[in-house]
Amino acid sequence: MNLQIVMEYTPEILAGVVVTMKLVVVTMVLGLLLAVPLALCRNAKSKWLSIPAYAYIYFFRGTPLLVQLFIIYYGFSQFESIRQSFLWTFLSESYWCSILAFTLNTAAYTAEILRGAIKSVPQGQIEAALSVGMSPIKLYTRIISPQAALIALPGYCNESVLMMKGTSLASTVALLEITGITRNLIAETFMPLELFFLAGVIYMIISTIMIGGFKLLEASLSRFRVEI
Amino acid sequence: MFDLYGFGGAMALGTWGTIKIMVSALGIGLATGMFGAWAKLSGIRPFVWFTELWTLVIRGVPELILILFVYFGGSIVLGNIASFFGYDIYIEINPLFAAVATLGVVFGAYATDIFRVSILAVPKGEIEAAQAIGMKKTTVLRRILIPQIWRYALPGLGNLFMILQKDTALVSVIGLNELMRNTSQAVAFTKKPFVFYIAASLIYLAITTITTCILQVLEKRANRGVGRAL
Repeated sequence: MNLQIVMEYTPEILAGVVVTMKLVVVTMVLGLLLAVPLALCRNAKSKWLSIPAYAYIYFFRGTPLLVQLFIIYYGFSQFESIRQSFLWTFLSESYWCSILAFTLNTAAYTAEILRGAIKSVPQGQIEAALSVGMSPIKLYTRIISPQAALIALPGYCNESVLMMKGTSLASTVALLEITGITRNLIAETFMPLELFFLAGVIYMIISTIMIGGFKLLEASLSRFRVEI
Repeated sequence: MFDLYGFGGAMALGTWGTIKIMVSALGIGLATGMFGAWAKLSGIRPFVWFTELWTLVIRGVPELILILFVYFGGSIVLGNIASFFGYDIYIEINPLFAAVATLGVVFGAYATDIFRVSILAVPKGEIEAAQAIGMKKTTVLRRILIPQIWRYALPGLGNLFMILQKDTALVSVIGLNELMRNTSQAVAFTKKPFVFYIAASLIYLAITTITTCILQVLEKRANRGVGRAL
């Protein structure tokens, strides 16, 4: 192991950290925005809502992320009509394709976590809220979501770290994030041992920071909780 | 429709390759997971540190990096070892070995904690009771411990196996003949990416669906004889 190589190439790989972080943050925000309605649909009594949501979650949880990414990045280019439309400005770019694939994927996993969390709110509390005349929206914002958020948090933390690790797949569609830059540098220098080690350490630091952030969030969310 | 522009056979072969990787990695994963659980529970300091480091690395580093590291880095390490003994040769690691070993060790890292918790979940009193009526150590293991550890561990192991199945797609980056790579080759030839990647996704979906069913049967079997409060 040549440590000088590690030091020399660290700045170049750090440029990839910015891209990876952008992917992670945008995907987390969009994924959560999509996951909430999905979870609500999945829990809905109407079959017209719950079955499509179930099918969506089933597909995205049952197939590899790599296949989903390739369907979006390579698959859509098969259709002339898509290549002519305005969509092509996004779908021809590996950055937007990666974001789309990661968002759709993480939304499915997150929706399943949220669904479980919503279900775990005691039925009695919901009945009590309805009986004092709360509207369904108030019921969700005041009773269900504060409790469900806390229950969902550990699962969501796990899923976010897995998603962060998944962003390394963007290198297969030629996006220059940490893995992509590392692989390019290895093609130039043929130092796989040192450079993959460096990339691995960077990913570990990112995941540790993410887990720490979620721990802080959990502590601040549970500050009003009274242990009975 | 099912001949897929003449690539139906290649897809079927790829599926078989994927299944072989899944099953072999599962075997290695279960073995390393059990070893990890034993090492953590043994309380022997170096073993505990080793497993802690192992799980820490696997949790934080993407599987793609790990596979590439083992495949490309492994041959360099082997080359260095060879040159240390005076042989100047380039040793290429078998991609199948690199893939199966990496996926297995990833599975094992997560399985370590599942096994550890399952072992701890078996009530101490039951083991003492079994010894008190004169059961041999192997009988205690076979009759008391293993059935219960299996019952507790099965749901978690099932989830891990689902993750492992989807991770096998990553192996295509080191050029192993499995479903994903055969699909990409078919795409390069026919220029029909949508058709083939959708076909591949449906095959993966079928594999996960079948596994889910098998797991349900296994869980039902593992839970027979356990009372339910309903």
